[in-house]
Amino acid sequence: MAEKIKEMTTPSAATDKKKGAAHTRKTSKTTTILLIALVVVMALVPFIFAALGQEIYTRILTLIGLYIILALGLNILVGYAGQLDFGRIAFYAAGAYAGMIIGLLVANALPASLAGASFIVAIFAGVAGAAVLGGVLSLAVLRLRGDYLTIVTLGLAEIVRISAQNNILNLTGGAGGIPTAGKNLPHPIGLDWLQNKFYYPFGNSGYALTFSPKVYWFLIILVFVVIAIIITRRQENSRTGRAWAALKDDDIAARAMGINTTKTKTSAIMMSAIWGGVAGALFAYVQGVVSPETFAFFGSILVLAIVVIGGMGSTKGVIIGAVVIFGTPELIRAFAGPSGLPFIMWQLPLSQTVVDTISNYRNLVLGLVMVIMMAWRPDGIIPMVRPKRFLTTEAHEKIQVAGEDSVAALAEDDLVKAGDAA
Amino acid sequence: MNYFLAQLVNGITLGGMYALIALGYTMVYGVLLMINFAHSEMFMSGAYIGLGTLLLLSNAGTQNAICKVLPFLSFLKSLRGFFTSSTAGLIILLVIVLAVAAVLTGGLGMLTERFAYRPLRHAPRLAPLISALGVSIFLQNAVLLWIASNKPFPHLISVKDISGGMHLGITPVRIMIVATSVLLLIALDLFIARTRVGKAMRATSQDQDASGLMGINVNSVIALTFFIGPALGGIAGVFSGIYYGTVTYNMGFMPGIKSFTAAVIGGIGNLRGAMLGGFLLGFIEAMAQAYGSLIGVPAAYKDVATFVILIVILVFRPGGLLGSSVVEKV
Repeated sequence: MAEKIKEMTTPSAATDKKKGAAHTRKTSKTTTILLIALVVVMALVPFIFAALGQEIYTRILTLIGLYIILALGLNILVGYAGQLDFGRIAFYAAGAYAGMIIGLLVANALPASLAGASFIVAIFAGVAGAAVLGGVLSLAVLRLRGDYLTIVTLGLAEIVRISAQNNILNLTGGAGGIPTAGKNLPHPIGLDWLQNKFYYPFGNSGYALTFSPKVYWFLIILVFVVIAIIITRRQENSRTGRAWAALKDDDIAARAMGINTTKTKTSAIMMSAIWGGVAGALFAYVQGVVSPETFAFFGSILVLAIVVIGGMGSTKGVIIGAVVIFGTPELIRAFAGPSGLPFIMWQLPLSQTVVDTISNYRNLVLGLVMVIMMAWRPDGIIPMVRPKRFLTTEAHEKIQVAGEDSVAALAEDDLVKAGDAA
Repeated sequence: MNYFLAQLVNGITLGGMYALIALGYTMVYGVLLMINFAHSEMFMSGAYIGLGTLLLLSNAGTQNAICKVLPFLSFLKSLRGFFTSSTAGLIILLVIVLAVAAVLTGGLGMLTERFAYRPLRHAPRLAPLISALGVSIFLQNAVLLWIASNKPFPHLISVKDISGGMHLGITPVRIMIVATSVLLLIALDLFIARTRVGKAMRATSQDQDASGLMGINVNSVIALTFFIGPALGGIAGVFSGIYYGTVTYNMGFMPGIKSFTAAVIGGIGNLRGAMLGGFLLGFIEAMAQAYGSLIGVPAAYKDVATFVILIVILVFRPGGLLGSSVVEKV
């Protein structure tokens, strides 16, 4: 009797493989190789765009990359830890402003030869700025239930925007953004050198393989996206990640299991803040200008929609969500514009009004889709894969065969019929 | 001193509007334990609906355009003179506009509950919140795309200061807003406290399942909550239109958050708390705007003051002023 129960509840390696129980989430070797190949291809694509004169796609992909980083950060808070956050834009803004302010300071203090260092400093400054904000938020929401966290993040985002708009502490430069007139902009590392050295013309065809700033920024963002994906995936499978999952499912039960929910919530907030800061600091350099209008409330909603619709907690879902939700109006505008479709260079025959309508209706459709998704697929289109253990014995098979009638199925099993209580 | 009193008048006027909106938030939270993010859009919808009704009843251009499509409405043309000429007509016009805005906005609220929240009654915690957000975005953009991003609201009531030499800013507009708000708040309080339906609503907010067992139709009570709350918000929207002279597609955003803060200040789930919180917040905002510069905070930061208060209250006394200090029992 006792042995049978033991047999039932101890999964063995043999039966696991048979039933395909997924109790670890190691990526297989083939998948890893495919992903590396994908990254290499993605790295080469902008050169082709540059050669064909379709640089606008490089720019769109760069912006999509930024939103992927932002969404991955939000994914930690919403997808892994289950806390709703309306203030994503606050960390984005903090990263951008901190990055730009400190970067400007450093760039103007260092001699020109060391100018490249200012870029690295700026990234760290952006992360630090966002981390400080994350710390403030954590302190504020330590004792609050989930709903209140949402409102507080909203309030925080608005505080950041209004403060930035009103030139707080004389740092943020008012509605026009940080004044950069007459100062050296922090210099991206190595851009000049690459631009000079890297020029391979294709004979006399007028096309050439060049290294413009757009390509440079795309590659930098690509590197950061890959880093972000790797780090967030590893964290998800770590102890911290499992603590986040426990927090999401039932925080009272988590506390009963000995998980320090305060620490867990704080770590989730800080990690997601850090990614927001990275994206913000990068954005400051891609754009070159940092002004408050970019950080309106709708940005938070857009990133939230990407995570919620794409897949709460799933990296694939978030990436696809970013491409579809953020990219669609921009891409359609580019398809119908002078560059035409990527690689093919055929201009999509859509009139300007149609393109504008699509852009305008994107937000409306987004709202509608969010409502419908919650009723239809609350976990997003590509939901998170949660590790599970399955019962791997005859009882499991019987339950599967009998379906709803599992009680009757178990009654057939010898154990229960014998009348022994376990 | 006069300046202070003038700011007090200003604050009470704002407070009346915030109190009306806050009631919607607090009623829904009390019954469903859910923050209705779409409520700010009810406020906005009420303003637009009120404007539409007003134009339909009193504007020659609108009436001519409508009568071409729906000729049976031509009787409105004859009424137009009555409405716009005499004071009595003006008052009746105002009452009709407020009533229509209230009823239609309440209907809109019931619709959103039926289609966006009811299917999610047993869904995980995040789902209704995100759904509410989706409704909010949808409504904002629907109005932006299909009606107008902003429209001027005719000043129905004189904005002349009748306090004479004292410059207290007591205009008929403000008197109307404050008086109507207070009347509505008293009426709602009596309704909840003294009527059977009110008792049903109180019971449902205490324990939904037990109320169902006692024979209360929980779905009807929830639908009623989603009628009354948005109706009051819609009335506040019409007031805002009259007060500021314009309606915008995103006019609900700021007042929505501020009213939610007001509800939290008073103790979320507590109706009298929401009323108190609304007036308190209006007062604080007026004072912050007027006197903030004395402590080095420019007037533009008045919105920030509201958010800071929200965070402070949530951290130190989440139960609000009139609520119990909320202890999570396991």
